Amino acid sequence: MELLIGQMFAGLSLGSVLLLAALGLSLTFGQMGVINMAHGEFMMAGAYTAFVVQRAISDAGVSLLVSIPAGFLVGGVLGLVLEAVLLRRMYHRPLDTLLVTFGVALILQQAARDIFGAPSVDVRAPAWLQGNIELLGAPIPLTRLFILGLSLVCLAGLVLLLKATPLGRRIRAVVLNRDLAETSGVSTRRSDQLTFFIGSGLAGIAGVAVTLIGSTSPYLGTNYIVDAFLVVVAGGIGQIKGAVIAAFSLGVLQSVFEYSTTASIGKVLILIVIVVFLQLRPQGIFSLKTRSLA
Amino acid sequence: MRVSVTNRAFLPLAAAAMATVLAGCGSQIADPASAGSTASSGTSCVDTSGSSVKVGFINSLSGTMAISESTVFDSLTLAAEEINASGGVLGKKLEVISEDGASEPTKFAERAGKLIQQDCTAAVFGGWTSSSRKAMLPVFEANDALLFYPVQYEGLESSKNIFYTGATTNQQIIPALDYLAEQGTKSLFLVGSDYVFPRTANKIIQAYAEAKGIEVLGEEYAPLGSTEFSTIVNKVRDSKADAVFNTLNGDSNVAFFRQYKSVGLTADTMPVVSVSIAEEEVPGVGLDNVQGQLTAWDYYQTLDTPANKKFVAAFKAKFGSERVTSDPMEAAYTSLYLWKAMVEKAGSFEVDKVQAAADGVSFEAPEGMVTVNGENNHITKTPRIGKINADGLIDTVWSSPEAVEPDPFLATYDWAKDLAK
Repeated sequence: MELLIGQMFAGLSLGSVLLLAALGLSLTFGQMGVINMAHGEFMMAGAYTAFVVQRAISDAGVSLLVSIPAGFLVGGVLGLVLEAVLLRRMYHRPLDTLLVTFGVALILQQAARDIFGAPSVDVRAPAWLQGNIELLGAPIPLTRLFILGLSLVCLAGLVLLLKATPLGRRIRAVVLNRDLAETSGVSTRRSDQLTFFIGSGLAGIAGVAVTLIGSTSPYLGTNYIVDAFLVVVAGGIGQIKGAVIAAFSLGVLQSVFEYSTTASIGKVLILIVIVVFLQLRPQGIFSLKTRSLA
Repeated sequence: MRVSVTNRAFLPLAAAAMATVLAGCGSQIADPASAGSTASSGTSCVDTSGSSVKVGFINSLSGTMAISESTVFDSLTLAAEEINASGGVLGKKLEVISEDGASEPTKFAERAGKLIQQDCTAAVFGGWTSSSRKAMLPVFEANDALLFYPVQYEGLESSKNIFYTGATTNQQIIPALDYLAEQGTKSLFLVGSDYVFPRTANKIIQAYAEAKGIEVLGEEYAPLGSTEFSTIVNKVRDSKADAVFNTLNGDSNVAFFRQYKSVGLTADTMPVVSVSIAEEEVPGVGLDNVQGQLTAWDYYQTLDTPANKKFVAAFKAKFGSERVTSDPMEAAYTSLYLWKAMVEKAGSFEVDKVQAAADGVSFEAPEGMVTVNGENNHITKTPRIGKINADGLIDTVWSSPEAVEPDPFLATYDWAKDLAK
């Protein structure tokens, strides 16, 4: 029982990490069709932001709370620069964005190595996040609970933004039909930039969050990028609710597989499940119906 | 349609993306055959006529392994400078030629070939991962050249062209098990990264445990670089083992120890013995997370020997007081001095004469006296169990009473008979 609860929570917690990593991607890849391989490196930038903030503010609790908006800004600005300098020249050419952003990812990794050194750095968790609470005998780590909460807050914020603000309405209009949106007076340039800013900023927040559970190193991004793409693709491109369901299902499935087999085999089984699922339903859990002709 | 990538189109794309990501992580696969084929007939071109002699350093100064291997490069540099300051080897100054292995075994093989054939170095020092060593081995054998390899490894290897100055299994893993048994450990849980060293090490641990009546309650592997340990930590906690034997590599240690601690496991309730966390890795893993945990090595910076005090002082003077020294760094430092002693005993830089002179050559290393075993080209070492202290350094809590003879094939252990096959 104790173990069952522990494992259930492990699955939810893994799902929340996947969701955080994939949320921004579902905006930039899903809504804009840009394959951003540097998304993981934006996470890394967020993680190093947490490190820098912690050096400036030694109190780990305050620095974590400051790091979250700071990580959002750093990730967002990096995304904005990438969009303005490179990506806006290659919309409608997803394969080119894949190669270009992979190159950018390598540059960012090397930059992190040059600035912070190759060894991983330590970001301390605040005292109020150390330890765990007991749920029916199973230890629930507080850091995990915090990340779960953070991912839900980010999700709520994003949904609110897309559904309930004029900005969100414009973004959705551009996704549904770019030409019609433009002829209706929506600035697609501005909408693209903002979408990319928010998507990349979410990666920055994800980066801050994962410093609580893993290492902060120049390679941090490479650990998450593939999983993040898997979530977005399995969920259905352009679908936030699909990404949510996919992230939590994959998280729970992986912890079940991992528990009943081993970590490596569990990973293989997850990939098999995704491949089979996409064979049966290539458009993902949800698919976007658009009125555009192309 | 605005969203022009469909899922069907994305699948091959994702595969390509993953392949690129994997390639970016550094290839682990080497083709020794192609590396060896570049070798020439083996006539040495080493030039000993001048006032200097060339030696090669080969370390990953870029890529994932740079974090570890650059520290080995630093201590090799220190040893070369010290040797030059005290008159060189056979009256000749060392001229160091450094090559970057770039964390890729194929690159190691190619660069090693260059150091031997084009640069005509008298000996080469470096390498870290077993895959890099295994990629270089045929190159050194085909050219009949010398490699000094400074890192603890999984044993079961012996080449007349390689001198192994790091620990083999009976100088690190077996003493750690002896220590645990001595402490009354009745059950173990094994956690490792999924590649050759942890799997070989755990085979040895399983055999040992069976012979000594220790119960192994679980054996779990995480993919290299994995940061998700919830499930493994839950399994460890549920097993209620007396201790954990950790052969995780690199950054996975950070995630493992953080998540280990966050479910309430500590060094007091369930100690973890690690074989890949040295002084250099402690800050990255986070002192909070590993303080009080155990390590198994042959050298710690805190060792109270005159040779070590001199080594640490010289290293800090050259590279900065915040730097630390670790086991592989000490083994690298020692390897250059051992080569010097072999050359001086042989009275020649020629490979066959150095090989003939190697047996019994000894050096007062920072870890204590080490002696070369000419039969398997390993060296005697003094195993030590350490405990990570509040400063992030490691205190010795147990030390082998004397230096242990190297036994890479575990031929002298009855319970290990089936392993070497």
